Order: sequence, then C-alpha cells, then structure tokens
Amino acid sequence: MKILVCLKQTFDTEAKIVLDENGKIERQGVSLIMNPYDEFAVEEALRLKENQGEGEVTVISVGGQQTQDALRQALAMGADKAVLVDPGDVELDEYSTATILAKVISGMEYDIILGGFRAIDDGSAQVAGRVAEILNIPVVNMITKLEVADGKAVATREIEGGSEVVEVPLPAVLTAQKGLNEPRYPSMKGIMKAKKKPMQKMTLADVGLEEGQIAPKVKAISFSLPEPRKAGKIIPGEPAEAARELARLLREEAKVV
Amino acid sequence: MAHWLFQEEHEMLRKSVRSWVEKEIKPYVEQWEEQGEFPRQLFKRAGELGFLGLTYPEEYGGSGEDYLAGAVFFEELARCGSAGVAAGLGASMAIAAPQIYKFGSEELKQRFLVPTITGEKIGALGITEPNAGSDVASIATTARDDGDCYVVNGSKMFITNGVRADYVVTAVKTDPAAGHKGISLLVIEKGTPGFGVAKKLEKLGWNASDTGELYFEDCRVPKANLVGQENAGFYYIMKNFAWERLVMALQAVAASQLALEEAIKYAQQRVQFGKPLSKFQVTRHKLADMASLIETARSLTYYALSLFVAGEDADTAVAMAKIYACETANKVTDEAVQIHGGYGYMMEYPVQRYWRDARIGTIGGGTTEIMKEIIVKKMIK
Repeated sequence: MKILVCLKQTFDTEAKIVLDENGKIERQGVSLIMNPYDEFAVEEALRLKENQGEGEVTVISVGGQQTQDALRQALAMGADKAVLVDPGDVELDEYSTATILAKVISGMEYDIILGGFRAIDDGSAQVAGRVAEILNIPVVNMITKLEVADGKAVATREIEGGSEVVEVPLPAVLTAQKGLNEPRYPSMKGIMKAKKKPMQKMTLADVGLEEGQIAPKVKAISFSLPEPRKAGKIIPGEPAEAARELARLLREEAKVV
Repeated sequence: MAHWLFQEEHEMLRKSVRSWVEKEIKPYVEQWEEQGEFPRQLFKRAGELGFLGLTYPEEYGGSGEDYLAGAVFFEELARCGSAGVAAGLGASMAIAAPQIYKFGSEELKQRFLVPTITGEKIGALGITEPNAGSDVASIATTARDDGDCYVVNGSKMFITNGVRADYVVTAVKTDPAAGHKGISLLVIEKGTPGFGVAKKLEKLGWNASDTGELYFEDCRVPKANLVGQENAGFYYIMKNFAWERLVMALQAVAASQLALEEAIKYAQQRVQFGKPLSKFQVTRHKLADMASLIETARSLTYYALSLFVAGEDADTAVAMAKIYACETANKVTDEAVQIHGGYGYMMEYPVQRYWRDARIGTIGGGTTEIMKEIIVKKMIK
C-alpha cells in the first residue's frame, strides 16, 4: 500500500509572533516544527503500514531548505521517503501550494493521501481539499479514526455535536483531527536510520510547473496582532459590598449580564 | 544555535526527549515528589523509546555507544525540574549497568544489561556504607568464598534505587586485608535470601527517587554473579566515575539554567516600588552573574565531555567540571530563591525544589573535596 502524507513546517506553538517594520511576520530566529496536525497524519500513515504488514510511506512538503528538518523528523518517526519541493523565493497561497502538491503527486503511485486538517499558522484548512479536487478523488476532513480494507476507507469524523462514520473508495484524501492518535517520538535508532533514507529535492521546473501557473489568487494585505490582555481588576471591600460592585460593573461596564 | 559538539541527530534526539519530558514527566512531577518515587512504568517507557540504550551497542538492544546522545538525554531530563526522576533513571542506566556492560560476562549482560536497556529491570550500584563514603577502600561488607557461592555480610547506605532495584551491583571485600586491591563487584538480585532493605531514607531533595539502606546477612551469591575479575572492583568503580560525574555536571548545568529561567520569569512579573524586579539594576546584575556562571560551567562541562567522547584522559577536566557545575548550581539556585523572596521559600513555587535538589551535587558521586584531590594529584606527582 502506497501512503502519501502532505506536511507543512510551521512556527513552534510557543513561538512569540512579532511583525517586522514592513508589517510582515518576522521569521528570523523562530523555532520551527512539523505542523502538529500533520504529525497525526504521519503517525496514522505509519500505523496503517504497520497494520497492513506492508507498504510505503512517502512524506511530501513544499517549502524552503529548512523544511528538510520537518521531513527528516517524519523519516525518523518511520516514514520511508521524503520529497521536498522548494519553489524558491515566491509568494504562495493555498491554491499555489495545492497546485504544486497535486502536480508532484500525480506523477506518483498512491492508495491513500493523508494530511493535517489545517496548519496551525495560517489555519485556512484548504490545501488538502484542493489537492483532492485537482486529483479528482474524494476527501474526508477531520477524521478521528481510520480503518482501511478492501480498497475502501472507513473513517470517523467530527461533526457539530457528534461524529459521523463515512466510507470512501480509495484513493482518497483524509485529513487528521486531534484525537486520531498519539504521535510517536523519534527514537535514536529512527533518527540514525533517517539519515540514510532518500530525500528528493525538487524545484518548480523539476515538477514541471512555471511560476505563472502557481501565482497566488489571494494576497495578504496586512497583519495585526491581538490587543495585549489588560490587567485584571480587584474589587476591594466587604464580600457583600464587593459582590454588589462586581455585579454593577458586569452590567454597566462589561455589559455581559 | 546548537553547540559544536553535537551533531544534527543529537539535536533531533533533544527534541524527542524534550517533548517526552514535557508530556509524560513534567505534569506528574509534583505528585511523584510527594509520593517519594516515580512509577516503575517510567523505566519501561524510557526503555521502549530507546533512551536507556543510548550509550549501549545494538547487540544488547541499544542504539550505539553514543555518549553525546546520552548527554543530551540527561540534559533534557533535568529540565523536568525534579532531579530525583533523573537520579532514578540515571542510577540504573548510567551508574549500575555500565559496570556489567564494561566488565561483566556475556551471561551477566544477557541477564541484567539487556533488561536494564528495555527498562524491565532496575539497577543500583552499592558502594557507600554507613562508615565508608569518600574512602571507598575502607568498605567493610565482606564476601567469603564458599564453593560455588560467595557469602556476603554487611550493609550499604544512600543507595539510589536501592529500595526497588531488581539487582544491586555491590562492592564487597573479597580480600579484606588487601585494602582497595581486595574489592570485587557482585550482582546481587532482589529476593536473594539474606538481602533486604533496612529502610527507605528520607532526604532533603531528590524526593522523586528512592534511596535505600541495604543489608546482607549470610547472603549467598552465585559466583557467576561476579563482575569481571575478583579483587579488581576498585578499578572498575573508578573507571565509570568519569561518566557518572559528567552526567552530574551536565544535569547541574541544565538545572541551573532552569532556575535562571524561573528567576527571570518571576523578576518580570513581580512588581515592587512601582516596577518589576527585572527593571532594578540589582536584579539585572544578579541575573547577568547567574547566566555567566552557567555559561562557564557549560563550556567546561562540554570540554570535559569532548575529551571523554574522544577517548582521551578526561579525569582532571571531569573533576573540574563536576566541581564547577555543581557549585554553580548551588549558587544559582540560591540566587533564584533570593529573587523570589518570600515566595521562593514557599513549597508552591518550584524554585525551592531546585535549591534542595542541587545541594547533593557537591556531595554525591565524589565530593568537591575528593574532586580537588584528583585534580591536584595530577599536578603534583
């Protein structure tokens, strides 16, 4: 079984986001990690391979050279091969990324494609769905359970207030939600093995695309940071009096009751 | 920016250990401290993840004899904020098992080293006695030759993991008249008649690890459990001290760093005289001094580690690193408590634990005074 996992390198969840003088997000000195939802996808791919007793897990990413770190982590977890498409210094949106991924994938063999349902940075939750659309295969989002047998995938997905079990023919794209699994830690053995696993690096030209074909359709105009949290207020005095004052403030100032 | 000593794979391992510590150790530290030990399951988990095998070859279930990887593991483990957890795992992996790996028979390796690496067995090293600490040659526990067994009598003190260890690599006198040349190491298993735990000791720090006082009364130990050669035990013990002391220095540096971070955080929050403590020059300079001490200790420790992994004579550098790093931990954690003021003295802030945990550093694994003897012996022959 050929399993593909699309993954993205994102800022560390604990990274402090700041804007540079041009109002763009400052990327210097920020530690980078594999998008946590993609980590669930990698883990699920490995479990799928282990349960089936055979198969190959290939991880694919679009990004700069530093993205190799995230791919290397997936290899250390147990993936077999990695593919990195470095589009160079160009602006990308979800359309661009999905176009690149779909183009690379269309040249590969695959039975199932996994990915996180969204990235924790821009959080648009579009790329996996777009890839499925371009490849003309089904997509199931936000899965928390997956079983694969006889050319079909049965997945449990979150819906408002409950869950739904769906069945799709393979190949299909399935995106991971928190709760799908608990990703493994790369072991030292895995890390050492990962050094010898193939990491294919491609440019846009290698993929067979030109810059014009991936020109973004959406342009970010500006970024802003949330207002810093204001300090709390302590209401002094006797409990009964303070409670009365609190009720008044909640009604008149905060207007929440 | 990673230190030049470490390779890419070590930094990847660091991430693995760090997230494991973050998810599976840190949230439970308070509870384990209170209980006086961490769950036995943690050994199995660390074994399962391959962490206990970082410094052992693959044929015994390890991932290669990579002491830099071992160093990364202990540095990151220290960041859980409870030195007792690291002490327990370390006593088994880095203190007891190396004796068997380096000097033990193939049979001993299969019986004890392999399950130590998987985390199924917990090891301890028993050298110290009620009346023999720094003066190792003066131990009084004896092992009398009796056919296919040794008959062991005596007691051991301050033994990390002693209470629940499945085996204790025990220093005994096989030739009581020969001083340090009469010491041997025996692997004594839990449940051997005549071997028992006198009591679990109450300590100032390292509270998440168990420390025991052990006794041996006509305890019959099969000769197959002798590590290496008879009467060569003193030499074996001295041989592994370099690694044990390096581990202590590495953890002292990591624990100091943690205390500094905690102090910085507190200094930025705590407002007195209308501004945060971090705006007062007196605090700022204190923090700068703490950071400089830590950086010096780290550099010296990494230097000693680099000699050790290169297979060069590291004894002097290791002794210096242990002194400097452990003394630094005492100073830095003390200053961290000072910056916290009254809250630093309260049990609800972790900084008091860093201070208590640090205190053993200049005592255990060879006191600062013994370290100085090692250094000066090389200078004046």
